[in-house]
Formats: sequence, C-alpha cells, structure tokens
Amino acid sequence: MALRLLSLALMLVAWYVGAQVAGPRMLPDPQSVALMVVSEAQSGALAFNLGATLLRVAVAFFLAMALGSIMGLLMGRYQVADWLGDPWLVVLLNLPALVIIVLAYVWAGLTETAAIAAVALNKLPIATVTVREGARSLDRGLDDMAQVFRMGAWVRMRHVVLPQLAPYLAAAGRSGLSLVWKIVLIVELLGRPNGVGFEIGTAFQLFDVTRILAYALAFVAVMLVIETFLVQPIERHVTRWRPRTA
Amino acid sequence: MSPVGDLGRLEVSVKHKAFSAATGGTLRVIDGLTFSLGRGEVGALVGPSGCGKTTLLRIIAGLDPDYEGSVGLPDHGRLGMVFQEPRLLPWRTLEQNVRLAAPNATDADLDALFAALGLSAHRHHYPGELSLGLARRVALARAFAVHPDLLLLDEPFVSLDDALALRLRDELAELVTRRPVTTLLVTHNVEEAIALADRLFLLSPSPARVIAEVPIERPRSPRSPEELAALRGAIARKLKGA
Repeated sequence: MALRLLSLALMLVAWYVGAQVAGPRMLPDPQSVALMVVSEAQSGALAFNLGATLLRVAVAFFLAMALGSIMGLLMGRYQVADWLGDPWLVVLLNLPALVIIVLAYVWAGLTETAAIAAVALNKLPIATVTVREGARSLDRGLDDMAQVFRMGAWVRMRHVVLPQLAPYLAAAGRSGLSLVWKIVLIVELLGRPNGVGFEIGTAFQLFDVTRILAYALAFVAVMLVIETFLVQPIERHVTRWRPRTA
Repeated sequence: MSPVGDLGRLEVSVKHKAFSAATGGTLRVIDGLTFSLGRGEVGALVGPSGCGKTTLLRIIAGLDPDYEGSVGLPDHGRLGMVFQEPRLLPWRTLEQNVRLAAPNATDADLDALFAALGLSAHRHHYPGELSLGLARRVALARAFAVHPDLLLLDEPFVSLDDALALRLRDELAELVTRRPVTTLLVTHNVEEAIALADRLFLLSPSPARVIAEVPIERPRSPRSPEELAALRGAIARKLKGA
C-alpha cells in the first residue's frame, strides 16, 4: 500500500516537472487541472456529463456481456452453433471500432440507440470468444454427475456451469469495462451532444488541454471507485471457496 | 431412458458396444453381456482392468445411449452414483453438495448420514479442504441421500491406502445393511467384492461378457481366513476357465 502511494506521488511529481518544462499550453500543472475539475463540478456540468457517459457504459456493457455470454456458452457447448457463429465472430472481431460506429450512425442516425448498439457490438465478439473458451473447458465429469442425479436445468446452470465460467466472465468483464468506456468516448465525440467524449471533443477544438485532462481524470477516478467497491468485492465473493494461499 | 425392470429388478442386456478407435476401425468393448439383480441385492461386477466395466456402468446410468441392447432399471429408476473420482462441486460446501443432488432429503436424514460417515464436523467445509478419503465419503453420502432405487459404485475405494479402503468398505457394508438398496459395484478387487456383495458377476477380458455368476452365502458377515481363501480359489478358477 505504501509503495502504491509512493508510486502515485512519483507520477504527480513527474507531471509537475513535465508541466514546468512543456508550458501550461501543452501540459497544465496538476493544480490547474484540479481547479478545473472543481469549477466544472460546481457548475453541475461534470456530474451531468459523467452521468451521461456512465449510463452509456453501463447499458452497452451489460448488453454486450449478456449477449456475449449466451452466445459464447452456446458456441462452446454445441458444435453446430460454433460453426454457424464463428464466421460472424471473425468478421466482428476484425472490423475496426470506428467502422462499426460510423456505419451505426449512418444507418440509424445520430441517436442514442445507434451509439449504444455500436459500443455493444464492439465489445460483443470479445466477450463471446472469452466465454466460449470457458464453455469448452467445462468439466464433463461434473456434467455426468449432474445428469445422473437429475439436477434441474436451473440448478445445473447456477451451481455447476456458472461457477466454472466465473473466471472467464470476470476476465471478459474486466477487459470489457475498460474497452467499453474508451469506445463510448469515441461514440460521443462523433455523434452525441453530451458526455465526457463530447466535452473532450469540444476542448480539442479549443485546444483546451486543462479541460481534456480534467474530464479524463475525473472519469478514471469514477472507474477506480467502481473497480474497488463493485468489481473486487464480487470477485472475492465468487472465489471464496478457493483455499487461500498464505 | 429405458423401460422399468420387471418387479423392481435391474435387468441389463447389452448386446453390443463399440468405440471407434482413434486410428480408425472399431473397438468392441462389450459383447452379449447379460445379468439381472433382485431388489435390495448388492451385485459386484468383477473383471480385469480395462475390460469395459466403467463403460457398462455409464450405459446403465444412462450416460451413454450409444449401444445395442436394453437396460431396465428397478422401480422409479432414481439413481445414486459414486464415480471413480469424488466429482464434488469445489465451490459448494459438503452439505450443499449433498443437498443439491438430494433436494428432498430431510435434515434428520442428512444428520444421520453425516454421522455414520464421520462427516459431521466437515459439513460446512469446501471439498478443496478435504482429503481424498473424506471426499469419497461425501460422494457416498450424496449417493445415499437421494434414496436411490439403484446405487452405482465405480471402484469407490480405488487410490486410497489399504487401511482406509478397508474402513470405508466396512462403513459401506454397514450402510447397505441398514438401508437396503439395490446396488451395483464395479471393482477389480475380488476381496472387496466378496466383502460387500450378495452375488458376483465375473467378466471376461475385453470385449466383456459375464462368464460366471457366484452367489455369496451370508453376505457382509465375518469370514474365517480358510473360508475366504476357498472362495477366492473358486473364483480364480472360474476366471481362468473362461
């Protein structure tokens, strides 16, 4: 913990020194960025834009994770589903994020639906591939056990299958959350009238580096809070059965 | 699933079972294997390793539908099974493992089972915290807790040390005596089969069929060394004569 704080302090020092060298136009010092965060917070703009972005992140993330988990599970367990789904997956995986976003806006207009669909589509194939890997490595022995003891479909899913998928779901969720929020910013930059991405786009046109840093750091702070108070406790709960290494 | 056996008997008739070998061609594992077991009896399938015993058990358990023949399960066909490995859910406690397989088991019933198998102190432990011997007992408790119409045991004491295997065998014999259930035991250990079963079915090397049926007098009761030696000798002769 002490080392982490030390490392963080070093980062701030480096930033401060860099600001002195580069000048306030290229890299404003930490103090002026902090002041910008406070003034944006006071006007209510910060909360409004953070909220808008967070909502998009949440909806796109859950859509992509839910669909990706279902598809991954089907493709991992049934060969036919894998054959059918794999070409789509390869196409989606290799389509640049920007192409998906632009096409979504062209086809569905500059709407909220298009924005969220574009983000979800970008995340979907990665979630699917990760969960498929998990579904392929499901323990056949436990499957047989569940069948012999005639466990119902829900019991099997909840107590036999999902716990085995948990590490894969966690991996997909972890990488997914950071990916989704980065793509949400691009989507906002290109076609939404609010959100962190929109603010950064405006600041870019005005060459306002202070504002760019203020919004970016504020959002990173929000994601850190989510990681610490939501993701990590869930992970601890899911892995409680593992013998602790001393 | 197969039709229910006559009068609660287990009726097994596997005409043919083969696997396609990795190198091409087929591998005959079972050929014309027939036997039946009365309600409440303990039968032991004894045969050399690799003769298709586990395959046969999987067919009877309904896990492998790809065979020629028929299997009639006793009564309602409710199964309890102990696999070669314990096959517990590592993310659930012992008690949850048993309850998930046997949701209708009463508290009193579970208390008695756990006590009989020496598991009472471990109810809330996770399987990763247990020795193999204890995990095997949990698998036994799970199989008994469902009140099965047929109990299937696939080499339940393999890879335990001799003393522990002997103790578990005695505990199992006592459980079967106390709550009679039609049981099919698969083993390569003749002594184990004699100690537990009402009748032995001796299997030939692969492809497996039944070469002799040996009823055991006074099953699950103490035997003098001479009596045991005579029984083993008779069985060895039958196995060789095949």
